[in-house]
Amino acid sequence: MRLYFKYFSIHLRSAMEYKTSFVLTAIGQGMTTVFSFLCMYFLFDRFGNIEGYTFNQVLLCFSTIFISFALAECFARGFDRFSTIISNGEFDRIMLRPRNEIIQVLGSKIEFSRIGRLIQAIFIFIYGITTCNVGWTLGKIFTLTLMIIGGVFLFFSLFMIYATICFYTIEGLEFMNVFTDGGREIAQYPLNIYSDWVLKFFTFIIPLAFVNYYPYLYLIDRVNENKVLYMISPVCAILFIVPAYVLWKIGVRHYKSIGS
Amino acid sequence: MRAYWSFFKIRFINGLQYRAAAYAGIVTQLAWGFMYIMLYHSFYRSNPSASNMNISELSSYIWLQQSLLALFMTWFLDNDIFESISNGNVAYEVCRPLDVYNMWFAKSCATRVSKAVLRCFPILIIASFLPETYKFSMTSSIYSFILFLISVILGTIVVVGYSMLIYIFTFFTISSMGVRMTMVMIADFFAGGLVPLPLLPEYLTKYIYFSPFAAMQNTPFRIYTGGIPSNEAISSIILQLFWAVILILVGKLIMSKAMKKVIVQGG
Repeated sequence: MRLYFKYFSIHLRSAMEYKTSFVLTAIGQGMTTVFSFLCMYFLFDRFGNIEGYTFNQVLLCFSTIFISFALAECFARGFDRFSTIISNGEFDRIMLRPRNEIIQVLGSKIEFSRIGRLIQAIFIFIYGITTCNVGWTLGKIFTLTLMIIGGVFLFFSLFMIYATICFYTIEGLEFMNVFTDGGREIAQYPLNIYSDWVLKFFTFIIPLAFVNYYPYLYLIDRVNENKVLYMISPVCAILFIVPAYVLWKIGVRHYKSIGS
Repeated sequence: MRAYWSFFKIRFINGLQYRAAAYAGIVTQLAWGFMYIMLYHSFYRSNPSASNMNISELSSYIWLQQSLLALFMTWFLDNDIFESISNGNVAYEVCRPLDVYNMWFAKSCATRVSKAVLRCFPILIIASFLPETYKFSMTSSIYSFILFLISVILGTIVVVGYSMLIYIFTFFTISSMGVRMTMVMIADFFAGGLVPLPLLPEYLTKYIYFSPFAAMQNTPFRIYTGGIPSNEAISSIILQLFWAVILILVGKLIMSKAMKKVIVQGG
């Protein structure tokens, strides 16, 4: 962990060398959030509600997913350029060092400009919380925190699986974006507005529904029984890191250097 | 002109080589298309009368958008060009007895067209076999199909003209990320890349329709789906032509300014 903070401070200092560029990039990154927010606003402006959910309720859903995605992205971007690490032989060097290889991969790239996204996500989050008419109790605050942690873990695991696939394909797969970026897009809305199989897929294959659907139902008081189960459901999303880690380990064992 | 045509051809053939990437792209685009259509379906179910675009029109729009993504999305930019500007290789390009603007223009068009050609047909064919409100439907007449084709070409030129501006601004900023992302996001939103323009509120669209952004994907797709009736189509196509010319002229002007004081980075 100390090593990671070392990487962290190196990247932070190097980003700060180019302040204007950093600020501009952060603003640019943040525009994504703003425009997604505007789109949602205009759609609700026209249609009024979606399957009975109001704008402010959906906003809660939207902002938790954006915050956790932004956080996960900030730290796990190293996985994103993993195909380069593999194809230029850098992974050989990583393997030779007596340190955990995941931390080294993560440390290879930390995107501070994603902070722009994070800041905007936080603003929308605060707006969402204050306007969604949820009577906040201790249990609900606990659930909300757990949702965000679960979301970070889930997206982190997805990025890790994305990198693991590179062991076999060398190239990064555009297709995986369906699960990372697509997951983020799809989870902006409560998952039951889509067809049934979407909800099933995101419950049993990729536990996205445990981040923002089941606990979310508890937040907006749509569940009457087994409340505790709904409250702690994000734990399933956190546990998703286990299969992701196992896959990664298998990938590392399988790894043959491509030579260079 | 011949030189630029061969640049176009080289890039085009080069682009056709990436078949595996195209398969992945097709699957990805199908998935996104489904996702958006399902989302709009639930909005339509919740309030059927609120929209001025009927649901099958919308589905066709989404499928066109997904299949021609490579043509109309401003974020399909050529990283080689950005790199050549920031690492100084642009100096070689300037030395050639060719116009850099035209060359890059030809290259960008070729990259976009080759990507789109590989991807669009499988997606549209699969999409046209889907059940009723999800499916990609045929356009109403041959006449509007021809108008659609003309409008696609003009729309592509407008998009490339706009992305040329993004490249050119890189000359002034070195680190292009900020300018690039901002310009891309603005275009994406106002062109109807995120939400189809007719679904935005009227007080915005009445201005957006005259902007170059609406001339990008909005015009061709809506001519195809019938959102813009054939009699109005001609005037929107003329508007597209107008913006294509303006963007190219502005681009060339700024380019010549930039070239006068270009500082080549490194050696």
